[in-house]
Amino acid sequence: MREKVMYTLAVIGMALLTWNLYKILFVLPQEANVAAYQIVYFHVPAAFTAFTGFIVALAASALYIATSDLQYDAYAAGVTEVALAFASVNLATGMIWARFAWGIWWAWDARLTSMLTCWLMYAGYLILRRAIEEPTQRARLSAFVSILGCVNVAFVYKAIEWFRTQHPSPVLSIRQGGGMGSGMEAPIYWNWLAMLCFAGVLVIVRMRQEAVSREIDSLRRMAHAY
Amino acid sequence: MIFLRQAFTIAAKDLRSELRTKEALNASLAFSVVIFLLFSFAFDPGNLNIDINEFSGGLLWLAFAFAGALALNRSFARELQNDCLDALVASPMPPGALFLGKSLANFALIFAVEAVALAVFAVMYDVHILSQFGWLMLVTLLTTWAITVIGTAFSALTVNLRLRELMLPILTYPFLIPPLMAAILLTTDLLAGKPISGDNMIWVRVLVAFDVIFSLLAVVFIDIVLVG
Repeated sequence: MREKVMYTLAVIGMALLTWNLYKILFVLPQEANVAAYQIVYFHVPAAFTAFTGFIVALAASALYIATSDLQYDAYAAGVTEVALAFASVNLATGMIWARFAWGIWWAWDARLTSMLTCWLMYAGYLILRRAIEEPTQRARLSAFVSILGCVNVAFVYKAIEWFRTQHPSPVLSIRQGGGMGSGMEAPIYWNWLAMLCFAGVLVIVRMRQEAVSREIDSLRRMAHAY
Repeated sequence: MIFLRQAFTIAAKDLRSELRTKEALNASLAFSVVIFLLFSFAFDPGNLNIDINEFSGGLLWLAFAFAGALALNRSFARELQNDCLDALVASPMPPGALFLGKSLANFALIFAVEAVALAVFAVMYDVHILSQFGWLMLVTLLTTWAITVIGTAFSALTVNLRLRELMLPILTYPFLIPPLMAAILLTTDLLAGKPISGDNMIWVRVLVAFDVIFSLLAVVFIDIVLVG
């Protein structure tokens, strides 16, 4: 069952991404006055995917606290790892774009800083997990960090609206931006969906790896017992 | 009501044992003066072209945040001897009260260190702290509580870890960025003589909201960390 879901998601993701690439590169009008602007179709959905992941991780952590089922803890950890990877994609694509548009790799602009803060917060979460060996203790403590972390993401993210900023202001119509041409906004959402599919595949792969490592662990313990 | 009394009992116990040894107090105070000394090499404080007021907020709050972590590291670690932490957790007091008591003691401790360090800073760097002293104290109190509540929660969380001293700052500082950002902006404005009005009032609200939300979250969820 899990295999089927994984391959279906992978195929959907691939198909969506191919279709989007075709649209972005050949169908949509080029915006000549903004350098390398196409990167926005990957930059923005990567951030959306990362934030979706952080929220799913919060839900998984809350479920762990409610049920004490280690399966949810494994989900929280797997989802956070994948979300952190997408946050890295967001930061990397943003830096590449900044080099073209601003001439610098990094600006201490509020939105860059807030994404980096979230990145560091969840990197701290993963470092904490590696520092604890006992599984239930690891699950409890990291669930606590995940809950506080997700609330803090809201704080950090909200701060951009009050801080002086150099980052392009919101262009999507859901945030009252309305700065993008007609038809140019849709690929952002379709790419988000494609990335969510890939994120799903990665989480399933990670879960399978987790299950295998648990099995190896118990086999090793059995071998030691004899 | 009983909850608050239990919290005050813990806070009084912590403060009493701290005042008898003064280890965290002396260490954090000395450490913040060391940081002030190091800052003087990062730029030339005697250069008349540099307006110290423009970044005094940043210098102050970095020193406070670093010095605070020293005190917070000790907060739960000192209960490890003779298994005191197990006894505290096993006592009839709810974990939230234990956490709140520890936070109150840490708050008093860090605030005392900050008060002395602020005076030292004002003297060493010729910064006028008295012009808007009331607002400055309010910002300091609000931010110190934010540092304390996050720091105490993570101090409880890391107390049994091998890498305790390393994990606490790695977890704490990224979490503290919203309140520290607010405090740095507000303190810089206040020391430069700019009043708190419409455009920087939002940061006071950020501080209040952060304090309220994270205090509630920490008190409610701390039993996951302490008891399991």
